[in-house]
Amino acid sequence: MSAVIEEHHDDHDHKPTGIGRWLFSTNHKDIGTMYLWFSFTMLFIGGSLALVIRAELFQPGLQFVDPELFNQLTTLHGLIMVFGVIMPGFVGLANWMIPLMIGAPDMALPRMNNWSFWLLPAAFGLLLSSLVMSLMGMGSAPNFGWTFYAPLSTTYGPASTDYFIFSVHLMGISSIMGAINIIATIINMRAPGMTYMKMPIFVWTWFITAYLLIAVMPILAGVVTMMLTDRNFGTSFFSAAGGGDPVLFQHLFWFFGHPEVYIMILPSFGIISQIIPTFSRKKIFGYSSMVYATSSIAFLSFIVWAHHMFTTGMPVATELFFMYATMLIAVPTGVKVFNWVSTMWQGSLTFETPMLFAIAFIFLFTIGGFTGLMLSIVPADFQYHDTYFVVAHFHYVLVTGALFGIFAAIYYWIPKWTGNMYDENLGKWHFWVSTISVNVLFFPMHFVGLAGMPRRIPDYNMQFTEFNQIASIGAFVFGFSQLILLYNIIKTIRGKATEKATSQVWEGAEGLEWTLPSPAPFHSFTTPPTVK
Amino acid sequence: MSSSSNHDVYFIPEPSKWPIVGTIALTTTVIGAVTSIHASEINLILPIGFLMIAYLFFGWFGAVIKESMADSYNEQVDRSFRIGMLWFIFSEVMFFAAFFGALFYARTIAVQWLGGSSNNAMTHELLWPAFDAVWPVLSNPDNLKFVPPKEIIPASGLPAWNTAILLASSVTLTFAHHALRASHRKPLILWLAVTVLLGIVFLILQAEEYIHAYTDLGLTMGSGIYGSTFFLLTGFHGFHVTMGTTMLFIMLIRAIKGHFTPDKHFAFEAVAWYWHFVDVVWLGLFIFVYWL
Repeated sequence: MSAVIEEHHDDHDHKPTGIGRWLFSTNHKDIGTMYLWFSFTMLFIGGSLALVIRAELFQPGLQFVDPELFNQLTTLHGLIMVFGVIMPGFVGLANWMIPLMIGAPDMALPRMNNWSFWLLPAAFGLLLSSLVMSLMGMGSAPNFGWTFYAPLSTTYGPASTDYFIFSVHLMGISSIMGAINIIATIINMRAPGMTYMKMPIFVWTWFITAYLLIAVMPILAGVVTMMLTDRNFGTSFFSAAGGGDPVLFQHLFWFFGHPEVYIMILPSFGIISQIIPTFSRKKIFGYSSMVYATSSIAFLSFIVWAHHMFTTGMPVATELFFMYATMLIAVPTGVKVFNWVSTMWQGSLTFETPMLFAIAFIFLFTIGGFTGLMLSIVPADFQYHDTYFVVAHFHYVLVTGALFGIFAAIYYWIPKWTGNMYDENLGKWHFWVSTISVNVLFFPMHFVGLAGMPRRIPDYNMQFTEFNQIASIGAFVFGFSQLILLYNIIKTIRGKATEKATSQVWEGAEGLEWTLPSPAPFHSFTTPPTVK
Repeated sequence: MSSSSNHDVYFIPEPSKWPIVGTIALTTTVIGAVTSIHASEINLILPIGFLMIAYLFFGWFGAVIKESMADSYNEQVDRSFRIGMLWFIFSEVMFFAAFFGALFYARTIAVQWLGGSSNNAMTHELLWPAFDAVWPVLSNPDNLKFVPPKEIIPASGLPAWNTAILLASSVTLTFAHHALRASHRKPLILWLAVTVLLGIVFLILQAEEYIHAYTDLGLTMGSGIYGSTFFLLTGFHGFHVTMGTTMLFIMLIRAIKGHFTPDKHFAFEAVAWYWHFVDVVWLGLFIFVYWL
């Protein structure tokens, strides 16, 4: 970020300095930087919780944490990774890159942009304080899993649940304002000549993601509000004794939750669709089919939610509908994977770190996609439900999918952000250590899951020991290998021991962001560029 | 990259303290709300939070009004505001959708299953065999835990009046808008004032209905699923009418001050959109909560 400070500019408004630059910012790059650092910080916090979980699971029996704390750890790990890492990471990338990619000076609503960001530290301050209190022996942090099913979160939730509820409200306000801003920017700020079907795929995927956010974050707000009134004001939405139904909670939650999982992957699809053509030195194969596939996935995401609740009790016809609808998602997703591979076909490939992460994404995300297909089959799901197989599935799509997409994006665009090339050697180390260890970590979970090991339990049967030990070793290697990334980023920002980046940075890179100098000036495009 | 010549092309606001003020205000309110709930009495933090939110709205919108009056905004900014307001209203629609969804689910699935429909004969037999699945639910599965209402509010009384009032207010607001576009100041102020008045009358009637429900009918938030859906749906709607009336009142003051011109009055239009949205939600409430 220091690189931006040195950039000369003679705008009418002086560039703010000191802490005020960040607190009062109306600059998409500064706000994007804050989002990215916030996300990175949360990655280490959420990752540390995961390492405690993996340490506990290294062998059967109870070693380090009691079951009550274990529940809080899994809950907060999930909440932090979903709402604190992946989503802010993507918003940070959107903030940095969308104005650059569409030829705009900034986001459409810069002040609201800053508010969206600053609500996040507040929300996570509330949430994490409950864990700190719990560790100091005062009450319990949320302990009902990241899906906070009723009645665990209503009748049986600890007092801190009310803080959790309002923290979700703040996150929701933040996400909705962020999404509105992105939509307004994309509709209204595109450079002359940049028609919708000329937008970079990353912009397209974020455009669609923003609509998903606006549609489902209010549902989440609604469901936590019902929790709040059920807990404190005597309503009976999720209590059968008053004519409500705990299953209603699950329907509402997953009506939010399923589009949410696409919110956490579509921007990664966009990132991969930028990187693969660059390092294949070819245009993306099937641009328009990419756009239509993304839209189809977004549409389908609204009609598949009940596949998360096959075992909670539904009429068979409903289960069948949700099973077939879920399977349909494989079609547009397959189109995307096919297009990425076809882009590489007969390309002039080179394998810099972003490309390595992108290829790993295609391979490993597809594994996660296939296990998703297995889980969509109702009778099979009755076996897999709530086992480590599910844990393996969603960590493949969220870690080697969403998170690897963010890693790839960081390596791909950090020369543009800082003006300095990252250390390619360290990047390759980070890639290989991460990619190998993440498979050591999550692949064995498929086996223990199929063998019947339940998720969210601190103890397990002896027969699962070996695979759990392998997973735990992978977890620690994967966790600590992220320090390589941190070191590499700091080294790149300092820029003393790294090469300067050119404007285009990558030989095969195309798009407006590469026409600006590196680092990109404080206000991106002060006059609209023309797109032919 | 001199931008002085491009100032007309792009508008980027100066650094602003309002987002931070907003964050502190919301955080304070939230902490005040939780501590008040846990202590079962309202403490000082909550009203301080509300005051900060009020300060936020006055300050932030005040700054925007000042910029707008100084003609800092070009057409592009105007479009961004329009897109922003439109999608904000859409997010509000989805918020209400969650509660309507809960209502429909409870009515057509949860209550019916508790009564033994579909393949739930055993559920009915084992849990609450005395429960009869009828809507509105005047006898809950567990009548000790959730004391049922004696009666519910019929659609034909106050709710019908309120429907008429809100629909009329949308018409008077449209009259005001036409007057604004035709530069007729007096009718603008008059019709806007009538709209605000109708909003206030609606709220008074709604309050009366709530008092009647709580004191005479035993219909409370705690009286089972009917009371739950009833009070959260109408309550959030009432909250939105309050917001809308407040915003209309501010538009009235601004109209009296002469802030609006026939072709530049986005704030007025945004509030009008919001008011029509609140109106449409009410129609949904009237049909699905009161009538059917």
